[in-house]
Formats: sequence, C-alpha cells, structure tokens
Amino acid sequence: MEDKLFTNVKHVTLADKNNPFYLEIAGHIDDVVVEYETYGELSPAKDNAILIAHALSGDAHAAGWDLDWEKYNRPWRENKPGWWDTIIGPGKPLDTNKYFIICSNVVGSCYGTTGPSSIDPESGRPYGLDFPIVTVGDWVNLQRRLIDFLAIDKLLCVIGGSLGGQQALEWALAYPDRLHKCAILASAPRLSSQGLAFNAVGRHSIMHDPNFNDGNYYDREAPSNGLAAARMLAHITYLSEEGMQHKFGRRLRGKMQPDFDFGVEFEVESYLNYQGQRFVERFDANSYLYITKAMDYYDAAEKWGAGDIVEAVKRIECQTLVATFSSDWLYTPEQGREIAQALVKNNKRATYLSVESKFGHDAFLVETESVGRFLRAFLGSK
Amino acid sequence: MEIDKAFCQESKKYIEQILDKFCKNKTDQSVRTEDWQDKIILDLIQPGDSVLDLGCGDGNLLLNLKEKGADVQGVELDFSSVMNCVDKGVSVFHANLDEGLSFFHDNCFDYVVLEETAQTLRNPKKVFQEMLRLGKFGIITFPNFGYWKVRLGLLANGKMPVTDWLPYSWSDTPNIHLFTLLDFIEWTEQTNTQIVKGYTWKNGSICPLSDKDNLEAEEVLLILRKKS
Repeated sequence: MEDKLFTNVKHVTLADKNNPFYLEIAGHIDDVVVEYETYGELSPAKDNAILIAHALSGDAHAAGWDLDWEKYNRPWRENKPGWWDTIIGPGKPLDTNKYFIICSNVVGSCYGTTGPSSIDPESGRPYGLDFPIVTVGDWVNLQRRLIDFLAIDKLLCVIGGSLGGQQALEWALAYPDRLHKCAILASAPRLSSQGLAFNAVGRHSIMHDPNFNDGNYYDREAPSNGLAAARMLAHITYLSEEGMQHKFGRRLRGKMQPDFDFGVEFEVESYLNYQGQRFVERFDANSYLYITKAMDYYDAAEKWGAGDIVEAVKRIECQTLVATFSSDWLYTPEQGREIAQALVKNNKRATYLSVESKFGHDAFLVETESVGRFLRAFLGSK
Repeated sequence: MEIDKAFCQESKKYIEQILDKFCKNKTDQSVRTEDWQDKIILDLIQPGDSVLDLGCGDGNLLLNLKEKGADVQGVELDFSSVMNCVDKGVSVFHANLDEGLSFFHDNCFDYVVLEETAQTLRNPKKVFQEMLRLGKFGIITFPNFGYWKVRLGLLANGKMPVTDWLPYSWSDTPNIHLFTLLDFIEWTEQTNTQIVKGYTWKNGSICPLSDKDNLEAEEVLLILRKKS
C-alpha cells in the first residue's frame, strides 16, 4: 500500500517595504506573503524540484491530507485530499519519494497568499477592490521569488493545467534558463472570446449581487449568490455535453414526476446548486474577480511575440509537452496545439498529445491514468 | 464461381513456367526481417542530423537515432504509440498526416522518414510532397505490390493476396493505397523527384536497387530528393 501523504501549510514573506513586488500592469505591493506546500525532499544537487501551478479556484494544497485544516479553518479539507492527489504522492506519477514538489497559491487568491481579503497596511482594512490588478506574469514572477528563496537554480519541471498551464507556459517564456521541462495541460496561449464571455458573466453576477457593496463586504454578508451563480456557470464550461449527459441525463432529483414548480427538478440542477454552495464556503468573491481578470488578460503571443505565438516561443529553451483533451471546449485542442505547433515551426522539438476524453476541461484532473502515464514518462525521460 | 475455379487452375499451370523463366527465387523461404530498413537508416544518418519520422510508431527508430546523436522529432496518429514515444523520451506530435503538416517550415529537417506508412494514407501523394518540402532528403519504405508472389497470388487464387509483408485480410487491412515500385517510380518522374539511392529486400537480404526489382523486391527503401 502507498504511504499516505500528510502536509503542512507554509508561509513566507517574499516582498516588503524594502523589496516591494512590482506588478506587470501598474504599481506594486509592499507586503506579499505566499502560502505554499512542499512534498518530498530536495536532492543535494537540487535537481529534482517540480513546481505545480494551480488553476482558477485552486490552492497550494495540491496533494495529501492537510494537518493544518483546523488551524486555518478550512473544514473542507478534513475529508478531502489536495486537488491533484491522484497524480502527486508516494509512488504516484509525480512521485514524492523521488521528486521535491512545490505548489504555491497565487497572489490575488484567498488561500493564504496576499489578496483582496488581506489587510491593506495603509488603511488597516481589507484591500477589497483597492487591490491592484495582478497578472499571470506577476504570479510567475512571485513563484520565481519563491524558487529563489528555496535556493533552487533550475526547476526540473513546471506543470500546470488550465490557468496553471498558462503559468507553466509563462515560466518557459519568462525564465527560459530556470527550467528543464514544461508540461502544459488543457491550456492555450490565450483565452478565446467565448471564454472571455463566460468570465464576464461570472463577474457580472458577483458585482450585481446586492451584497457586493463595491467589494467592501468583509465585515458583513458576502455576495454569495453572485459567487455561487458564477461558479455554476463556470462549472458547466468544465464539463462536456457528452459528459453531462452521461452523468445526469434528464434524471429528476429524488422524484418520479416533476413538481412543475421552480424548485430543483433535475439532477443537473441539484448538482450545480451543490457546487455553487460548496464554493461560497471556501472562496472569496473578490478573488474570483481578480483571478478571472488575470485569466482574461493573459496572451502569451501578445506579450512575447507582438501577437505572433511562433515569434513568442522562440524564447523557449526547455523540453515542452502540451496535452489537450478532445471534449474540452474552454481551452480547445486546436488552441492548445498552437503552442506545440509554434515550437516545431521554430525547429524546436515538442511533444503534443491529444487525449480522447468525455470529461471536457476537467479531464486534466480526471483522466488520471493517461495524464499520470505521460507525466511520469515525460519527467523520467532524458 | 465454377468458371473462377477453372481460371485459377489453368493459371497455376502457367505459373510454373513463368517462375522458371523469370523468378529464380520462386521457393522464397526468406524470413521477414522487421528492421532491415532501420539498419540502413541508422547507417545513413549521422550525429547532428535532424530527422522527422512521419508515422513514427512506438519511436524505436527515433530512439536509436537519438542515441546516435541525431536531433529527432516524430509524428504519430495512434495514441498508445504516442504514449510509447513519450516513455522513450522521443519528442512526438500526435497528429494525422493526412490533415497536413503545415506546422513545419520548409527544409527544416535533414531527413524526413516515411517508413511503411505510405500505403496507409488517404492522400499519399500529398504526404510525399510534404516529405520533400520539409526535408533535404526523403526516405520512403514500402511493400512492393508488384512482387511476383503478390501478383501470382491474385492470379492463382482469385483472392486478395496475404503474404508476410502484407499479412492482413482485405477487410481489416490498414493498407488502403497499395502500389508497386513501378507506380512509385512513375510518380517521381512526374514530380521531378530524384531517387538518390535505393535498396530492396529480396531472398532474405538487402540488395541495391536494380532493374528487375518491380518483380523481385518484397520491400523497397528509396532515398529521395527534389531535383533542383
């Protein structure tokens, strides 16, 4: 039997008044605390470090069982391991007996790293919407500070799915000499117009919740209905039509006949309600606004290649693996494949995999067998 | 059906005579050697050369080339084969050759290999052209449908031939565009393509390409280049 992985929460201050964190769009944050976790041991040669980048609603708790869930009041972690526990752990594809694995929470989020719910040292109150706009580039810059703090010169690999995949891509572009390999899953150089549209509706729903109060709600009732609706909508984009049909069909929720009223009738309604409710218990509405904004603004082609992804990836030096999932309609296979195509157009070697799956965008979290197999192989190869 | 049987029996009488006259190796006990082409390719390609393998399968050839010091990239359609390439540390692009290779630039490889794949393609001529667009040299290998055993098999049995090199029955074969050496040579003439060098597999050994090979060669390997 595999050993169970138990984890502790770690915090480090990576920016302060003397060493502020300058942001990509404008301004700086003086005090930045980062929450992170590490699993496994860093080798004496420091050549086995893997950075995992989390997606929109993720956190630093990528794997294992959190021993600190009570200390930080995170009851949802009591009976649930980290978000990529199927892939990371002793004997698992990202083997913690072999690799030193690092995952940190992004700035702007609400899981221990400085974000809109943190206290603004100037006002003594939570930042709210006074928190500056942060970007994928900022996240990667802050992760670089963490890697510097851990005294690691060169990561063995940066791995991420979805918005995490964009961080992995940004690592390869921004710090080409700081990583040997890069694995980008269910991601793309930029979000499509349809993706921008979904994020806009999500934010609209939060910002028009009567409790939103311009983001100043930390001492009163939070805009939970708006946040729940945003999550419900987003959740639809994470599943595929086929996957939803398979999971719920048109089944009614706990009854043989519909009630012909406005209560919950179908299984799928009940599921989305549940997802929405669970989410508001663990996520901050302002963080949702900031992170979806970062997702919207990210465009690797624009940032590094004046709009041309082929030009942009000229910078990449690491071995790159890109994997897409057939039924993913948020970051489609065609969009993800662009990264690998751009690399080969530059006469750089790349591995591209198109995984057949009915699980939609969530496939990178769910298709454990194929994802585990290719990540294990990719990390193990010379 | 009766008339077909009679035709087959009559054919067999003549086949003996034909074999005596044209085919010295009529007994043909040669055993198929899977990787005779790989040996030639491995000898040909030097450390530092860049190689693209179209339809690279499990990546065995590319792994050997990589270990020799070549810069390798594969393209493969079958997912489990792609996974096997990843296992070997061979860079591989999961894609369908028939959908085009526009994501590669002109002349970006020294060699482009199309090994035992041409006959499975929907649009082989387009892929041949892509091969010569992407590489300074193309290396193609294919089973020769003009090989005497194949020809006589159809004549004598009235059924689609099944041989060591073409082991599939008509309904489950991945080979949808079977062609002969002569067919391919015709294509090179039409497209201003030069056959730089050729090898064949016959009687259980590797031979240089010769005039009688449309009849005698079981398998063909040709090194190609665009005439300037």
